[in-house]
Amino acid sequence: MAQEKVLEINQLKTYFHTKRGIGKVVDGIDLTLHKGETLGIVGESGCGKSMTSLSVLQLVPDPGKIVEGSVRLNNEELVGKSEKQMRNIRGNQISMIFQEPMTSLNPVISVGEQIAETIREHQGLNRKQAFQKSIEMLKLVGIPSPEKRAKQEPFQLSGGMRQRVMIAMALACNPEVLIADEPTTALDVTIQSQILKLMKNLQKKLKMGIIFITHDLGVVAETCDRVAVMYAGEIVEYSTTEELFRHPKHPYTKGLLQSLPKLYEDQEELQAMEGSIPSPFKEHQGCKFTDRCPIAEDSCHQIHPDLKMSSDHSYQVRCLFYQEEKELTKGMSSV
Amino acid sequence: MEAQLKTQQEAISFDKLRKQQRIERIEAFINRMVRNKAALVGGLIVLFYIVIALFAPFLAPYDPFAIDLANKLQAPSLEHWMGTDDKGRDILSRILYGSRLSMGVGVVAVLFGAIFGVIMGMAAGYYGGWIDSVISRVLDIMLAFPGILLALAIISALGPSLFNVTVAVGVFSVPLFARIARGSTMEVRKLEYVDAIRSLGANDGTIIFLHILPNILSPLIVQGTLRLATAILSAAGLSFLGLGAQPPSPEWGAMLSNGRDFIFSAPYMAIFPGLTIALLVMGCNLFGDGLRDALDPRMKS
Repeated sequence: MAQEKVLEINQLKTYFHTKRGIGKVVDGIDLTLHKGETLGIVGESGCGKSMTSLSVLQLVPDPGKIVEGSVRLNNEELVGKSEKQMRNIRGNQISMIFQEPMTSLNPVISVGEQIAETIREHQGLNRKQAFQKSIEMLKLVGIPSPEKRAKQEPFQLSGGMRQRVMIAMALACNPEVLIADEPTTALDVTIQSQILKLMKNLQKKLKMGIIFITHDLGVVAETCDRVAVMYAGEIVEYSTTEELFRHPKHPYTKGLLQSLPKLYEDQEELQAMEGSIPSPFKEHQGCKFTDRCPIAEDSCHQIHPDLKMSSDHSYQVRCLFYQEEKELTKGMSSV
Repeated sequence: MEAQLKTQQEAISFDKLRKQQRIERIEAFINRMVRNKAALVGGLIVLFYIVIALFAPFLAPYDPFAIDLANKLQAPSLEHWMGTDDKGRDILSRILYGSRLSMGVGVVAVLFGAIFGVIMGMAAGYYGGWIDSVISRVLDIMLAFPGILLALAIISALGPSLFNVTVAVGVFSVPLFARIARGSTMEVRKLEYVDAIRSLGANDGTIIFLHILPNILSPLIVQGTLRLATAILSAAGLSFLGLGAQPPSPEWGAMLSNGRDFIFSAPYMAIFPGLTIALLVMGCNLFGDGLRDALDPRMKS
């Protein structure tokens, strides 16, 4: 790939040290984000999606800690940077949008001032200039009559409008990387598609890389170039969006896709995956997915599979049976 | 150019709109206060005292310090509405002037307590961990002392004066404010917008003072009003014990103490300052309660 790498995550491990033991919330993640690309991270609640993004920003809450690995922004190591250095990067080079637009804005400060504050923090503009810039940003994210809206407090705006404000805030300083942590989960579908469209347009305009964290596979199909599927702190499958949806390889990915309702088929009932994600405090010897895996065998309990790269380097899968599976799908497709 | 003019005009009209909205909000607040009769009465009493303190020199019929031994210990009359004291000074004039001292001490003491208390409480609530433990234990120690005893200890160390009374009363207000600030900060700190603003590069100072403080202000304001009553009462009490204002200053507590010797022969010397204190304290308490109800979001209909 000739694209420029913006963010590189290598063997990132974030553990929580508690009295109950060590919780391996993020357990050896490798991800690469290119310029202008959208990378999706999917997985169910508690699989470590959000912790991965907080680790990138070095904002892991206590008692969590990054114990190993590296996060590189334009070849600059972020792990181990001081709080002050990180503050300069947050909001400036890497920004984040949160899930709940209803609670992610300070209720007592006007939205314009909230955007202006980030601008002042990073660009050294004075109050008036920053406020002007925040009005421009509101215009950019498609808020009508931004001069009026900038002076309003969050409770006077609707959910979709607030999410636009959040985006304006995150983009105010032209970040190279935008982490969107379930940005559309709290919105209804029509607003959701508007916001997704907006993010796409802005991405083209500002040429930033987006890490899109979600559990909504529909949103992934619509927005992402490549997808990493996470399970219990690990990546189990990592490929292009098309490949993932057309030929899912890991049994977990298959399960996820099967549990989606199908539009053109009559379905008696919705297929759900049995069981739930194992606790990060549990010690694993073999594959973490064995308890819920339909194709698990004895060897799965013994050997922890590596993330294997396909021969053409287009995707990676963490499953012992992946080779056979591949041949199987090949065989089937030729029939 | 034209477009710029247009935006400016728009901005001006939006400014107007915003002012209008603010006025509406203030009106709604006043409405809630007025509906609560007790709070209204309390507020009017406090307002009345503030007016007295501001305009004392214009309202007082006599010089509060002028000794007129020929007219000493006179009962209330048309000439001296509240009578005269043992040195012939007009009690009404002294009470009017004294309002500046008593209320000044109360307000300054509460501000002192609030500023230090809020800083300590917010630091404890925001950082948690050992900082919280240390600050909380210090507050516990302060709370373990009876307030007046702590104040006595401070004054006996610093020497009796009105300023030291202010400091003493302020010091024992610190833990109250600190505890409220700590609890509220801990609550607000967990909200998502604090995480959001941190992820955009805000530093601790910005987060604490710009984003958390405005959100915890209303319980602090309520506590401040209620605390004002206690502070005025404590300051008067300390002056009554001779630890605060020194003669001939017309501080209410000191006047009360002075009138004590004449309680049987000239009871008005003690009754009027006592009533003055009681009325103000009642006013503050009623107002504070009303404010709490009006500012409590759960009470809004």
